[in-house]
Formats: sequence, C-alpha cells, structure tokens
Amino acid sequence: RPGWQQARNEEEWDFLWCDVSWLRENFDHVYLEEHVRICHFRNHYELSRKNYLVKNLKRFRKQLEREAGKLEAARCDFFPKTFELPLEYHLFVEEFRKKPGTTWIMKPVGRSQGKGIFLFRKLKDIFDWKMVSMTVFSIVSLDLQRQVSIFSFVTSSSCTQKDETQIETYVVQRYIENPYLIGGRKFDLRVYILVTSYSPLKAWLYRDGFARFSSMRFTLNSIDDHYVHLTNVAVQKTAPDYDPEKGCKWMIQQLRQYLTARHGTGLVEVLFADMDNIFIKSLQSVQKVIISDKRCFELYGYDILIDRDLKPWLLEVNASPSLAASSQEDYELKCHLLEDTLHVVDMEGRLTGKEKRVGGFDLIWNDGPVSRGGNLGALVNGNFVANTHLGCFNDRKKQLKELFGNLPA
Amino acid sequence: MKLECKSQPRHPHPSLITQISLHNPEIKLESLKEDIKDFLKTSGWEKKLQNAVYSELNVFPSPCHPAAPPEHMKEPLAYMRKAQGSWEKRILKSLNSMCTELSIPLAQKRPASEQKELLNKWNEMGTDEPDLSLFRPVYAPKDFLEVLMNLRNPNYENGEQLSFRNHLGLIQVPLKVKDIPELKEDFSELDLNVGQLGIDDSAQVPPEFFENEHVRIGQKVLAEQDSAAAQQYVRQGCPTALRADLWALILNISNQPEDILYYEQLKSNVIQHDLLVDSLIYKDVKLTASNDDYYFVFEDYLYQVLLCFSRDTSVLEHFAYSSATPPKSYIRGKLGIEEYAVFYPPNGVIPFHGFSMYVAPLCFLYHEPSKLYQIFREMYVRFFFRLHSISSHPSGIVSLCLLFETLLQTHLPQLFYHLREIGAQPLRISFKWMVRAFSGYLATDQLLLLWDRILGYNSLEILAVLAAAVFAFRAVNLMEVTSLAAAEAVLADLSTLKVMPLLQIFLFATVT
Repeated sequence: RPGWQQARNEEEWDFLWCDVSWLRENFDHVYLEEHVRICHFRNHYELSRKNYLVKNLKRFRKQLEREAGKLEAARCDFFPKTFELPLEYHLFVEEFRKKPGTTWIMKPVGRSQGKGIFLFRKLKDIFDWKMVSMTVFSIVSLDLQRQVSIFSFVTSSSCTQKDETQIETYVVQRYIENPYLIGGRKFDLRVYILVTSYSPLKAWLYRDGFARFSSMRFTLNSIDDHYVHLTNVAVQKTAPDYDPEKGCKWMIQQLRQYLTARHGTGLVEVLFADMDNIFIKSLQSVQKVIISDKRCFELYGYDILIDRDLKPWLLEVNASPSLAASSQEDYELKCHLLEDTLHVVDMEGRLTGKEKRVGGFDLIWNDGPVSRGGNLGALVNGNFVANTHLGCFNDRKKQLKELFGNLPA
Repeated sequence: MKLECKSQPRHPHPSLITQISLHNPEIKLESLKEDIKDFLKTSGWEKKLQNAVYSELNVFPSPCHPAAPPEHMKEPLAYMRKAQGSWEKRILKSLNSMCTELSIPLAQKRPASEQKELLNKWNEMGTDEPDLSLFRPVYAPKDFLEVLMNLRNPNYENGEQLSFRNHLGLIQVPLKVKDIPELKEDFSELDLNVGQLGIDDSAQVPPEFFENEHVRIGQKVLAEQDSAAAQQYVRQGCPTALRADLWALILNISNQPEDILYYEQLKSNVIQHDLLVDSLIYKDVKLTASNDDYYFVFEDYLYQVLLCFSRDTSVLEHFAYSSATPPKSYIRGKLGIEEYAVFYPPNGVIPFHGFSMYVAPLCFLYHEPSKLYQIFREMYVRFFFRLHSISSHPSGIVSLCLLFETLLQTHLPQLFYHLREIGAQPLRISFKWMVRAFSGYLATDQLLLLWDRILGYNSLEILAVLAAAVFAFRAVNLMEVTSLAAAEAVLADLSTLKVMPLLQIFLFATVT
C-alpha cells in the first residue's frame, strides 16, 4: 500500500492485522494509542462462535418479540434450530424426539474449515462416530438434580498425550434438508461484511462474494459423505475428484443472473432483501455485548445457505475469513476486498464520513437503514430502497477514482 | 385464407378440426369460412399457426428454380458439395478405424443389469468415470480449418500475381460477403442511437431511459405470444428474466405432452443401446465443459441432452437443407446392401471436440431436461450445423471466415499485414471462436447477449463481425507481437470483453 511501511517486530505499529489468538493473549495487556487500528473486536466470538451466536440471537429475538411483536420477531427466523451441547442436551433431546427422522448436524464450536462436523439421524450415530474418530470417550452420568445423564465429549489432542483431554463444546443444529440445488449440487454463499463500529452500528456490505459448490451431487442417502454436504473449500479440496483448476466456485454475480433467469427479478430481489435482513439482525443481536472500541474494526465472512423456497439461512459468521485464493479470480476478489477494507478504515483520513460507497463496499447500516437515494437517509420517490448491491456490477476502480480524485491510491 | 403447411413434421395439429366441431355444433355451410376464421382467432390457434408458419419460413430456404435438382437446396455449388463429401469420408474413416482399433462395435444393446444401473444414475451420469483414455475426438476445429484452407473453385482462374489488392487470408474461394455499409443496414438495430441491452442497461444509465420500457415491451410480446414480434424484439437484447421464454417463443418450442413423451422415448433408447458415439460425448464433456469455471455445474444436464440428441432421428430432416449428408453404416456382414444400411449415429451428426459447448450456455436458461433438449435441438438445426459443414450459405462457416478476413483486411490492413508477416494469420486464432459461436470464450452474460442477436437476425454473420471487432479492440497490443504464440496470448482471454459496445463501435463508430 503506497505510503505504508511494514513495522518490524518490536517497533511500534499503527495498524495491525492479527489473528484471534494474538488478540486473546495481548489485547488486554498492550497499551494502544488513539489512532491505531486493529482488525478484530475484543469479544468478536460473540458473533463468530456458534454457541454464542445462537445465544445472542435467541435473546435478541425474545427482546424483539416483547418490543415489536411476533411478526417482527419472526424476521429473526433465519437460523436453523440450534442447541448447545452439553449444556442444552435435554432441550435438544426433547426437540429431537418431537420430529423423528429429521437430520441433524453436529459442529464443534471452536473449529473451522469443516473439521469435526458430522451428520446424524439417530442418537446412537453420535456414539458410532465417536468410536471412529476419537480415541478417548467416556459417558459420564452425573447425578444432578434430575438424574439426567450428560454426555461429555472428550477429545484427545493431536497425537501423543493420551491423558490430556479437553472438554469440547458442540452445537447441534437442524440440518437443512432441502437446499437449493444447481446442476444437482448444493452450494453456500460467502458474503463479506465490514463493521467499523458497534456503537453506533456502522456496517458495510461488499458487492462481490462467491458461491461454493459441493463437488458431488446432493442426496440425503449418504449423510456420512462429507464431500456431499459440506461445501467449505477446505473440505472439498480433499475430495477424490477435486480438480484444483475447477475452483468449484461461482461469483455471486453469476448466481444472481442464474436465479433471475430462472425465477424472475421479483423473487430474486426478495431473496437478497432477506439476506440483508440476516446481516443487520445478526449484527444488532450482538451490538450491545460487543465491547466497543473505536480503534477496532472487523471483516466478517458470512456463510449463507439458500433453500428450495428461496429462503436464506445463516450458517455461521467467520471473524477471520480465509484470505487464501483458490484461483486467479478468487485472488483478485480477495485483493480488492482487502484494499477496499483499508480504504474504509481510512487511516489516511481522506473520507468525510458521509460516503455511502467506497470501492466495492456499500454502507448498509449507519445507526439506521441507509437508502440508495441522494443524501444519507433520504428517500427515493417516497420509497425506501436499501443501499445494498450484493451480486451487482462492481465498478470499484471507477468509484475509487471519483472518490479520491487522482491522489496516489 | 390460404394455408400451405405441407411440411410440418414437428407441429402436428390433429385436434384442430375436432375442436371446431365440438365448439360450434351449428356450423352453417355458408358462413363456414368466416366461422373458422373467427374461431381460430378467439381460441388462440391463429397465433399458434402463425408462429408455426413463421418458424418454418425461418428455417427452410426460399424455393429455388423449379428445374433445380434437390441437391441444390442442400448446396448449389458443385465443388462445395464435393468438398463436403470428401470431408465426410475422412471423418467416417477416422471413426471406423477407432472402432476397429478398440474392437468396440458402433452400437450394441446393453445387458439388463447395465440398463438398470444407467436408469438409476440418469441424473448424475457425471459421477461415472469410464476409462476414456483410448478415445480421441474424431476431429478438432483446427483439422476442419485445414480443409477449408484448401478449398478452391475449379472454375475460378486467378492468374493475377498475389498482390495487396487480392485476398491475403487463408480462405481462397470467391464467395460474396457483405461489407460494412451492407452490414450497417442489416444490423440497423445495433446503431448508436438505438437502445441496447448490453450497453444501455449498465449501472450508470438510469433505467428510465431505456431499460424499463424495454422490459415492459418484452412482457407484452410474451403476453401476445407472437414469434415474429419476439424475433424483432430480441435484436435489442433480452432482459435476463424474460430470455428463456422469449427464445422458446422464437424457436417455437412449447413443451407439449407429446414433446415430453418424445424425449422420454429418446431416453429409453439411450438406456437400451450403447453407442460408440456416447464415449466420444463423455470424453468431450469431460475435456471441455467440466473444466469450465462456470459450466462444470451443468455436467449432468449435458449428458442427458447429448446422449438423447445422437439418437434423435428427427434431426435427419435438417439434412434436406444442409450441405452435409448423414453417414451410413451397414449391419455386420451386409456391407453395401442398401436394405441393411442405417444412419450412424441415428441423428447423423458426429460430435467433434468442443461440441458440448453448444449446449452448456443453454443450461443457464432451461431446467426441465425435455425443454432444454428441444431448445438445443432447434438451435442446432437452425444455426449450429452451419458452423461445421462446408457450404456457400451466407451463415456457413466458409462465408463467416471469408467475411472475417475481408473485414479485417479492408479496415485494419496494417494489422492484417503485420500478423500475416509474423506467421499469425488472424483466422487461425478466430476460427475456434466462430466454430463454437464464442461459447466458452466470452463471459456467460455476454454470450447470451450475442446469441440474442443470432436469434433476432436469424444469421450467424454477427460472429464474424464480433471476431473482427475483437481484433480491432486489441489492435495496439497485436501490432507489437512478433510470433503466433504471442498473438494467441494477447487474444487468449476474452472473458472481460463487453460484446455490444465492441460491435457498435466496429460497425457504427469506426472511421472507414
């Protein structure tokens, strides 16, 4: 980046792109000056860890129901029914028994890239899977108040220490059995949201994103087959017929065109508006718990799944979305994404604060909805049209030139 | 009202008379003619008949001289017919020798267990991994180009010395091709002052200027179900949401129950018999579409369409107006005996390397296999077949090549001469684009805008114009290259090109 210098190890730095473990270790102990910027919020895990996200969403939903009624609260129903284990085990079993035959998916809260995830329909399958993949497993029946037996999931760390065990928290979630398929394949969307402040809430949506396809055809018959059901590129990369040239990815523009050709503009606009709703509501649900710090910003990778009724579901939010590239197109997307993130963070102090668009980022929430029309918050023809352009044409270079004039980038 | 619908193989209307008598029990003989006319109007049949007739007019060539023999409808020039015949012999020889080498019969019945397996796997044939290493495509576009380069009209004596005023390209046959003024007239809807999708729907242009009105007209055309109006409309481009229906209207595809039944019948033919050609199709799909960043998703659809296509004998009808002749094969042991001759493959079309790319873009628009199939079949018998047969038709590949070279030599002589000098004849690079109608080379949305115009103008000439426009666009870089490989590199990636501005500038905004 022009005019920037990489700081060496012990020097002072103004801008830090760190990973979450550094943050955990150092944030509370390091003095940070006013002007520095760091790429994570102190307790980002409220959004990015699956069990916390569920908790926050459930709480927010209750609050909305109290304040605004059932209809408004129903707008939060974009998260499939989820329970935390072992804590909510009995609640889960109750729900599980209500609807026999549905498929559930078990995900470890702390891991990413598809590790440790499996599907099941019968409770005994949980045990089977454990036998295969974990070396230590014990059922601990605790004689608690109601003599409920709790399964304690223990894992052993990588190879040697047999005695070292950690209790791992899982979430179990109702599996979406009717995903939208293209060419018989399941896919999910990766969308990027940049939050520069939580109080007040200011969020930007990147126009580009991609759809990740499973390399196998979708069928509910083979729930053991990770390659069918998990669409993370990391999992797909190990599939037997993975062809690195293939990429298994479509840009969101392509997806939007395909869906428009198939369902017409009306339904597709509703779908994308529902996705906007997911972004806003999820951020609002953690707004009050995230420790606000004007030096922090965060780029989230949202994973969305669309079902056959064109309803979008939130799968998870990543606070450290993968920036590795799987193809030339992917590389360009991620480079531009990072560049524009830095433009928005604006360490150079070039923005006025009134911008609704910077490069590929559109401002979607500024302590209130942002409309597409002239000034911040003004209406277009008396109707509110949201300032979101996911999957639309991204002429970021041109826009950046307009914005910054001909200053050196 | 005079209806001459003698040849209507694809559009039977058996129920018309029954419908009339059912609805009008008191038909009076005196007013019979009027009654029928009214009935046709009110029931919508008039529109359907109009569309059917219009469709036939588009496809069949205008009647020629009554004394002309039937070959003339296929191809009036004798030397072209001869060249096509020898090319076909070569292809067939190649196919037969592959057959002998691999000891695989051209066709055989599948054992029952295999049939069952295939039926189960019908929707995911892409997961099959047959050993295709021994199969080679029967031919590739560059082999075909060699043949076209050697085409000569024996009646044409060009004794003059090769000078700049002569044609310096690879194609050396004296066919008449259009020049830019004629093209401007033909493609007048692409003019600078006419609204276009692909230009006037971009983010900077407010939709009130053109886009909204254009969409509204499109919806009206669909409501009226008028083929001719649709064909005129798509010259300015199709809105994404309306494209599938508009193309179906122009091609007169309605996916009636009998069409679905026909497709199911073809499917059962595929299940019952295995053709050598199937392996060629598999190989082609795996080599081309499966490796494409965007079309890989549709792999299964491609098998479902192409395997059925090769068994579809109704395709044989297009040979009446194509210069090609379907290859014949003989039942084992009965070589030469006409009663034992069959067309092979049953549809008479031997696929070549890249053939599956004709189908891939259509998967973006159509999702029911039978409708996708019919659209592809109709596109093939109207347009695509001309891209790999030798004929003098203005939309035939020979004319397109000549048109391309002439446009380039006339309007960018310096570039043409330079490329020729460094051994990079432009046609060597653009040939593969035109043979595939640019499928796989352009971004999908741009390709669909281009194919909108192919349908709208009922001609493939736009492919040659676009090829020339691409060269014009990259002329500056091309002037600096010094080898064929470097020229190929400059033109390797067309995925960022915007088709409509290129065409508009080349035709209407270049100082000639």
